[in-house]
Amino acid sequence: MNNYLLISVIIVYLAFLFLIAFWAEKNSKSKWVNNPYIYVLSLAVYCSAWTYYGSVGIASQSGISFLTIYLGPVISLPLWILVMRKIIRVSKQHKISSIADFISLRYGNNRFLGALVTVICVFAIVPYISLQLKAISETFEIITDETSYVSTTILDDSTFYIAVLLAIFVAFFGTQATDASQRRKGIMTTVAVESILKLVFFLVAGIYVTFFLFDGTSDIYQQASQLDNFEKITSFNGLESGFNWMFIIMLSFFAIFLLPRQFHVAVVENDRERYLKKAIWMFPLYLLLFNVFVIFIAWGGNLSFQGDVNQDYYTLLLPLQNNNIVLAMTVFLGGFSAVISMVVVSTLALSTMVSNNLVIPYGFLDKFIQGNPEKNTNYIKNIRRISIFSLIIIAYFFYVNFSYELSLYSIGLISFVIIAQLAPSFFIGLFWNRGSAKAVKTGMMIGVLTVGYTLILPFVLNVLRGNNSFVEQGLFGIELLKPYAFLGIDFLSPEAHSFFWSMFLNTSSFLTISLLSKGNYRERNYAEMFINSSNYANLQDGAFVWKGEAYVSDIRSMLNRFLGEKRTERALHLFNMKYGISKEEEMADARLINFSEKLLTGSIGSASARILIGSVAKEEPVSLLEVLKILEESKETIAINKALKEKSEELTQLTEQLKTANTELLEQDRIKDEFLDTVAHELKTPITSIKAASEVLSDGHEMPPELKTKFLDNIVNDSDRLARLIHNILDLEKLSGGHDQLEIRTNQINKTIDKAIDGISQMANHKKVTIVHQNGTAIFANYDEDRMLQVLTNLLSNALKFSAPHKGAITVLAHQKQEAVEVVVEDNGKGIPAEDANYIFDKFYQAKHQNIKKPQGSGLGLAISKKIIESHHGKIWIDKKYKKGARFLFTIPK
Amino acid sequence: MKKILIVDDEPNIVMSLEYTFKKKNFEVYIARDGGEALHIAKEKIPDIVLLDIMMPNVDGYETLKKIKSNKSLKGIKVVFLSAKNKASDIEKGLQMGADKYITKPFSVKKLVLEINELLN
Repeated sequence: MNNYLLISVIIVYLAFLFLIAFWAEKNSKSKWVNNPYIYVLSLAVYCSAWTYYGSVGIASQSGISFLTIYLGPVISLPLWILVMRKIIRVSKQHKISSIADFISLRYGNNRFLGALVTVICVFAIVPYISLQLKAISETFEIITDETSYVSTTILDDSTFYIAVLLAIFVAFFGTQATDASQRRKGIMTTVAVESILKLVFFLVAGIYVTFFLFDGTSDIYQQASQLDNFEKITSFNGLESGFNWMFIIMLSFFAIFLLPRQFHVAVVENDRERYLKKAIWMFPLYLLLFNVFVIFIAWGGNLSFQGDVNQDYYTLLLPLQNNNIVLAMTVFLGGFSAVISMVVVSTLALSTMVSNNLVIPYGFLDKFIQGNPEKNTNYIKNIRRISIFSLIIIAYFFYVNFSYELSLYSIGLISFVIIAQLAPSFFIGLFWNRGSAKAVKTGMMIGVLTVGYTLILPFVLNVLRGNNSFVEQGLFGIELLKPYAFLGIDFLSPEAHSFFWSMFLNTSSFLTISLLSKGNYRERNYAEMFINSSNYANLQDGAFVWKGEAYVSDIRSMLNRFLGEKRTERALHLFNMKYGISKEEEMADARLINFSEKLLTGSIGSASARILIGSVAKEEPVSLLEVLKILEESKETIAINKALKEKSEELTQLTEQLKTANTELLEQDRIKDEFLDTVAHELKTPITSIKAASEVLSDGHEMPPELKTKFLDNIVNDSDRLARLIHNILDLEKLSGGHDQLEIRTNQINKTIDKAIDGISQMANHKKVTIVHQNGTAIFANYDEDRMLQVLTNLLSNALKFSAPHKGAITVLAHQKQEAVEVVVEDNGKGIPAEDANYIFDKFYQAKHQNIKKPQGSGLGLAISKKIIESHHGKIWIDKKYKKGARFLFTIPK
Repeated sequence: MKKILIVDDEPNIVMSLEYTFKKKNFEVYIARDGGEALHIAKEKIPDIVLLDIMMPNVDGYETLKKIKSNKSLKGIKVVFLSAKNKASDIEKGLQMGADKYITKPFSVKKLVLEINELLN
């Protein structure tokens, strides 16, 4: 393929990625940019060129052991819900932006530790990046020059330019904000897109090899099994090989947490904890898909080429051999994607660490103290940009000078072994509060030195001297010091061997020194905050123990230098609101110190933030015991506050209940008053009448006798009315108080109705109103017959009262319902106005309409009827829909 | 001859009052509620109205208000006759412009004396 054509394709592809990143930054609120799938796909930055090309290489030489690198992450993923969630929570709480920040903060915000972790990471990752560049260069070479597809040692300029373009990409999209703990949505979106592309392109290549070049999976297997080394590469060589497997799986288990790029995508770029739930099944699925065809491509390559090519590039060579340029191009772009995402994210993560944990805390603090916010922001961004370019350039030169010697797989593993030196401090530190900074530093350095002796030194000596005597004879010719078989352990692969020894020495020195020494109070304070992160989450800035003297104004002016006045004011305002602190407060407390350190941490790293805030705050040492006491107290305070809050809620509830009860009582009181008022008024009316008539009579000597009789009649009638009223009032009170003893017997309801009609028939006849009782079958019910007669008589006399003479007709009817007997009393009178229907059963209904309604009768009849029916557990109501007159219904249970 | 209008919905009370005032040479008119009372008042312009408060349709307060707001009726003396005997009720009645508030049950003799006093 033409060199320039390929370069054009590469440029177009890079432009496409720039565009995606640009779009994502512009639309940073879009749901296309903010979703769990972007998160899961960005985790797939794990699959670098090593996966894309290297797996096939290793599979063709040593069979399925390529899988170990993916088994570690897959095994780790169920743990993510527990471990990763904790890491994310702690990191968000402390605005952590890299693994160096995480470890150094955990051990008391130790500046040297942050720098050490950074150096280890750079040391491990730069060769790894150079390896990715090597893959680009080599595949570029293969695809442009079909005749010489062997590894080349010639510096290819295009790789250099691609490296520079990548650096520009990272520098542009990675330093948009000075706060490194903020998310880089542009970069993450391109990484996610690339993760899709590399997977799809690799699958296409796999399908092409398996089903087009060969006749399916069984065909490849059949043919491959004829090859000489087939037996060797598909079998599992006993216990020794088992140990190798186990160590490599452990290695990749650690790598998925500790690789700076993995920490960056999984922790710093995590938006919501719940995304983890998607990740724990989707990411393994992704890895599985990626590995489905590896073994078949490897076998296919072994069958098609006879050992004269770099097996790593079978995926690319197979389509080229069959003149399928388009597919080869696709494969190239897939590999290119894998490289870009790895290089971009690694450089981003490393540059943050280099600037925040190495350069700024060790050289630029004095400058910052004098600078203004704009200047400082520019300084910070420039330090990061220079870091990015330096890292990529160093990686490029490392590639030119060293990495052609090794395969993708071996350099990848060396990186993993070095990175694994962070594991003891990282994992144990998450759950054990004793680990001290001194122990971590010692353990890490011993671990790295071990790796240097057992893995790197042999490699470097080999390159420089061109012989292997160091490996074969050991240091000073001592057998036990052989770098690949230290103390006689000779059955492990160099990487597993190095991992075993370094991890053993690292962990044991970490544990021993931690147990022997006591950390300072700051270490213990952070240890508590990290380990009991969920306990202290609600304490927030309160979990930070600090004693000393500092002025708010000093801290404010320090924040101003980095955040600018506007952001500083806003942040402090929020802080004051959150803790209810007055704006006028002059002295800073521990919470403000911690809050301010966190504000600066994103921009300049935790170590620098502490030093800067420390420069304006006079801190007094606190003893370890005191730290524990203060933490315990603040935990207690929270518990007490919680209990108080609950109590106060209870009290509020009680008050509310009391209020309701009180309102009810007042209402009852008012009703009682009203009732008494009404009773008095009702009693006074006949008394007034009687008194007046008596006076008239006693004075009426010349009154005609018939008038006298009339007055006397009036007196008798009003006395009756008075007696009836008193009787009804007492009756109602008896029923209301529940003092009435019902004599309940089984009665036939129609007979009772007849009795009631008999009692009123004389008055009905007098008014010429007909009463019809539709008498059906015998219906039995349990009730007090006298009381029932009272109800029926009341309803009937009401009906009679409102019926027109001569035209009036009253109908009574009883029928069986499912669980009750229902009685209906209907008339064709003027009916009951709809607005009265709800009140008609109230005592002295006119009480509610004080001056307007006058009772016809005592005004208590329906109230009494209602009480009687209710004491029989029945219901009484008016049929509001009945328009031809009034229609009363009641039920009594059978 | 003085004209008196008795407004009450209790026929027995009305009967006693009617007899008494006729004997005292009043021209007596009867109304069962406020509406009827206003009607008669406009037609006959009585010198005095005996007014119950709790009546159907138009109550005593309403009737008083209407009498006092009518130019030709304004001068009529109004006496409330009511069983409502709370101080607040009495105060309300007088404030609305009633000339007297007499609580039920009342003495007929005393009532006559009070009315005469009011009219002279």
